[in-house]
Amino acid sequence: MNKTITLACGNGGEENNELIRDVFYKAFKNDILDKSEDAAIIHNGELAFSTDSFTVSPLFFAGADIGKLAVCGTCNDLAMMGAKPKYLTCSVIIEEGFQMRDLERIVRSMKKELEINGAIVVSGDTKVVPRGSVDKIFINTTGIGEVLKKGISSNNITKDDTIIVNRDIGCHGAAIFVAREGIEMSSSLQSDCESLYPQVKALLDADIKITAMRDATRGGVSAVLNEWSRQSNICIEVQEESIPVSDEVKGICEMLGFEATALANEGTFVLAVNHDDAERAVEILKTFENCSKAAVIGKVTDTHLKKVVLKSSWGTSRFLDTPSGELLPRIC
Amino acid sequence: MAKPERLPWGMSVQTKETKMELELKNLYDDFRDADTIKAYAKIIKKDAKKLENPINIMEVCGGHTHTIMKYGLPQLLPSNIKFIHGPGCPVCIMPKERIDHAYVLSMLQDVILVTLGDMIKVPGSNGSLQDARSKGADVRFVYSPLECLKIAKENPTKKIIFFAIGFETTTPMTAALLDAVIKQNIKNIFFHINHVTVPEVMRELIDSRDIHVDSYNNKIDAFLGPSHVSVISGSKIYEEFPRDYKRPVVVSGFEPVDVMQAISMIVKQFIEGRCSLEVEYKRLVTYDGNVKAQELVNKYFEKTDLFKWRGLGNIPKSGLKLKPEFKEYDAEIIYKDVLPLGEIEDHKLCICGDILRGMASPPECTIFGTACKPTSPIGSCMVSSEGACAAYYKYGNLV
Repeated sequence: MNKTITLACGNGGEENNELIRDVFYKAFKNDILDKSEDAAIIHNGELAFSTDSFTVSPLFFAGADIGKLAVCGTCNDLAMMGAKPKYLTCSVIIEEGFQMRDLERIVRSMKKELEINGAIVVSGDTKVVPRGSVDKIFINTTGIGEVLKKGISSNNITKDDTIIVNRDIGCHGAAIFVAREGIEMSSSLQSDCESLYPQVKALLDADIKITAMRDATRGGVSAVLNEWSRQSNICIEVQEESIPVSDEVKGICEMLGFEATALANEGTFVLAVNHDDAERAVEILKTFENCSKAAVIGKVTDTHLKKVVLKSSWGTSRFLDTPSGELLPRIC
Repeated sequence: MAKPERLPWGMSVQTKETKMELELKNLYDDFRDADTIKAYAKIIKKDAKKLENPINIMEVCGGHTHTIMKYGLPQLLPSNIKFIHGPGCPVCIMPKERIDHAYVLSMLQDVILVTLGDMIKVPGSNGSLQDARSKGADVRFVYSPLECLKIAKENPTKKIIFFAIGFETTTPMTAALLDAVIKQNIKNIFFHINHVTVPEVMRELIDSRDIHVDSYNNKIDAFLGPSHVSVISGSKIYEEFPRDYKRPVVVSGFEPVDVMQAISMIVKQFIEGRCSLEVEYKRLVTYDGNVKAQELVNKYFEKTDLFKWRGLGNIPKSGLKLKPEFKEYDAEIIYKDVLPLGEIEDHKLCICGDILRGMASPPECTIFGTACKPTSPIGSCMVSSEGACAAYYKYGNLV
């Protein structure tokens, strides 16, 4: 059968992994890429380097817009490697007929978010394509960051680590879904889209022993935990009721049959921190405006290597799998 | 205070006494309560000691399979009570022949093919509907069939074909769509009907009389009946099973507390030597069900002679089709010249038929988790997250 690319191939989950592994990793194979980190660590471990493209629909949604997302997305990938975002490039592909006023609004959002990160855009590119060639506007950003703490890696997690999440999960995916499906509800549900560098900096300044960090974008928290369990050859055991989920997100999941752990986030990250520092890390995270729900959610064991086990409050356990299928396209 | 009926999440209700906010979580929180679940586990364990023989309970519906595996309920049961995961997932049981119909229809130039959720990823002989879409077909999935009305209005030059799937629960929505199409005189919505019914397949599983499955036996001692089916059809549809087949039936809700309570009710029937039809889900199920919905379904649909179930073969009177007087809306008639004919055999190594009769469990299948995975399903039970194999694969069976 002549294979074609389906939307499921971009879901951040199982099919996406297959595509990346079988096509891109195969062709571009090298030691740095093989590490599969959020950002590549180059130049003797001093620089972090990452790229991301943004196609979110709708462009403007509760809590953020594609501009804010485009800066957060790349800067967060750098921050997850313990790096301070410094220099970004910005490429835009714009559909003929796009409103100038919307473009200006998007760029204003980008500027504001760059300031939060203390980063600057140093190079860019603009393409305008005929109507129908892209949907309104697509943005790519690439960023370089200065590594503040070396050795942070998703390949080094051990039983000495505790698993933490910085806030309640699933808000971005749920907010986009609500915006797109035009679901009317009385709620204050907003995307969690936010720059994570300030949180990372606070943790590093306090000398927290961080083994790994990863922002839980497409595929959500369950994708991160599964990637970690494979990359570090460990089992991660998560206590279900300790995962913070807001009532709004639970409600969306309930109506539409999603699991909050599979929903995308843009300002939520998972941390593997040495036991000794876990409590202190949670306290530091809780000082941030949106992170009052920061919590320890799990531990590392060796019961089911390369798997994530979810434990219920009534004493049963099951695997928490990598999301598969067509979750929700064009979420970022 | 008067208890309000089911309401959408976040809606505020004005009752005589007071204005109250009812949130969605009020509808499920109690039914996932850890202490209640543990209490039922204790009762069941105690009662099960009095059982003379082990009992196998078939949860007919894929929604129950999902609940059972997601909440790890088998881990709470003693070893003499086992679940058999039934065939009640409309996506899983769809034979390749009919998926091929959907595929072919979706590839027609002027057609928008509309269907529900998981259907989109199930592979037929040429690929799945999501493959068709990646090749240019206009395939959309909706949460409510009535969304077809909007799609039809927005695309007056296109033909909207609703690929209707599901058990008694979803059939009334398809009937409601057809009702609206006729009343509003809409000329560009058509139907490909794949609705099936629960009692016929339950009977089939006990009798196993179809030639496709010749010598199979079954090990089903009791049934867990899906509550949402009975919200529509009433609990009466299961009367024959305790009466004629000596299989107790308990109609159960879908939350873990519901299922645990229903299991407890079944165990009690066995130790007390009873065999009857009981309803756990009293909050919405009545004996007669939703008579208006039944009338709507009966107005537009009639039974097929045979409907082929993936993994089980042909089952008499188990499917629905549009009545002849509505043939102008029937995509199977309108497009009969382009729809592929001919039977497609189930994969030789697949043992879904055995799994559905409780004769085998998913890990016993030689292709489980290797050739047959959720991303490349071969048998019916791996197709949707409600299938037994997919649930085992996804959640593990961490007893």
